[in-house]
Amino acid sequence: MIKVVHYINQFYGGIGGEEKADVKPEVREGVVGPGMALKGALGSEAEIVATIICGDSYFNENMEEATKEILEMIKKYEPDLFIAGPAFNAGRYGVACGTICKAVKDNLNIPVVTGMYSENPGVDMFKKDIYIIETANAATGMRTAIPAMAKLALKLAKKEEIGPPAVEGYIPRGVRKNIFREERGSKRAVDMLIAKLKGEPFETEYPMPDFDKVAPNPAVKDLKNAKIALVTSGGIVPKGNPDRIEASSASKYGKYDIEGVIDLTKETYETAHGGYDPVYANEDPDRVLPVDVLRELEQEGVIGKLHRYYYSTVGNGTSVANAKKFASTFAKELVADGVQAVILTST
Amino acid sequence: MVKEIERAGIPVVHVCTVVPISLTVGANRIVPAVAIPHPLGNPALGKEDEKALRKQLVLKALKALETEVQEQTVFDK
Repeated sequence: MIKVVHYINQFYGGIGGEEKADVKPEVREGVVGPGMALKGALGSEAEIVATIICGDSYFNENMEEATKEILEMIKKYEPDLFIAGPAFNAGRYGVACGTICKAVKDNLNIPVVTGMYSENPGVDMFKKDIYIIETANAATGMRTAIPAMAKLALKLAKKEEIGPPAVEGYIPRGVRKNIFREERGSKRAVDMLIAKLKGEPFETEYPMPDFDKVAPNPAVKDLKNAKIALVTSGGIVPKGNPDRIEASSASKYGKYDIEGVIDLTKETYETAHGGYDPVYANEDPDRVLPVDVLRELEQEGVIGKLHRYYYSTVGNGTSVANAKKFASTFAKELVADGVQAVILTST
Repeated sequence: MVKEIERAGIPVVHVCTVVPISLTVGANRIVPAVAIPHPLGNPALGKEDEKALRKQLVLKALKALETEVQEQTVFDK
């Protein structure tokens, strides 16, 4: 019997939503939440002996310590296999799944599998280290994610040969493998070129890695005379959320005039973000968008001026394409308005 | 968003709690924050102490903007 330990977050563990995201790791015997479906998919060859549950914020705020604690919990069960998630497009959850999977693989030397949506930040961080089954961006994809994860996990546990990403459903790890093909390279290349010219689908044999790095800009020389702008993905908006920015998967951003505003209060501002416990931000929005201290620093002459407008969106399952589009649009305005530097805050 | 602002030619500092995510999205100047639901505050402190903490973090962010960097840099001192 293959012994499995499963990792899930506080939400799937039934402990609670964002208000419980700070719970410490705990272990429960047997299956919890999505573990039920996973158990079914694993069949009679494997048994989920324990489930570890940890709050997403606790994990991400205490990464080293939490990883250590969780590793100890897992060790006790001497598992043959470790499965985490699936995390879909939940960023903190994905980072947690990836971090623990890698730690388990490195320390316990057993196979690990997790599942995430391709834009989850955990993917870029860990795709080279571990097998990540590609899932839909929301929990509605559970029914397809679980069987794929179980299938790959069993194969790994039984040391069977693992096929290429497209066949097994995992996110490409950048591993190159030498294989024999029927046709020689020159013919395959020409076939691909013809398909491309015809606009037909084709699959490259050597995908180029995506190196989209932007080099740092020179430092601000004269802070005392600089105009500084605030931007946030923490969803701070005027009370009532006039632009109706969505609590998750935001399709827009807001631009708000803070001329004469010296302090964000709970009467005037709030957060629209649905991906963290909003209590603290609603009580004092300066905890996310520090307008109060920037006004002080403006008064004291430390900075030249706080830009009249701030830009805000909700970074919660928001697609990379949207975030890119928002920022490239308002960055042009920032440039046109003579802003010399930006402080961007994230929750 | 950090990357697009940087691409437009404006230096940007990312104040955030989960530094590995910031590194993954390509921020060049990173200042670690307090906690996910209150990056620039700490409700456990009194109002004045909390504001002092926030000011300290913002000053650190400004310092990062005044510092020349060649690559991704976490300002955690």
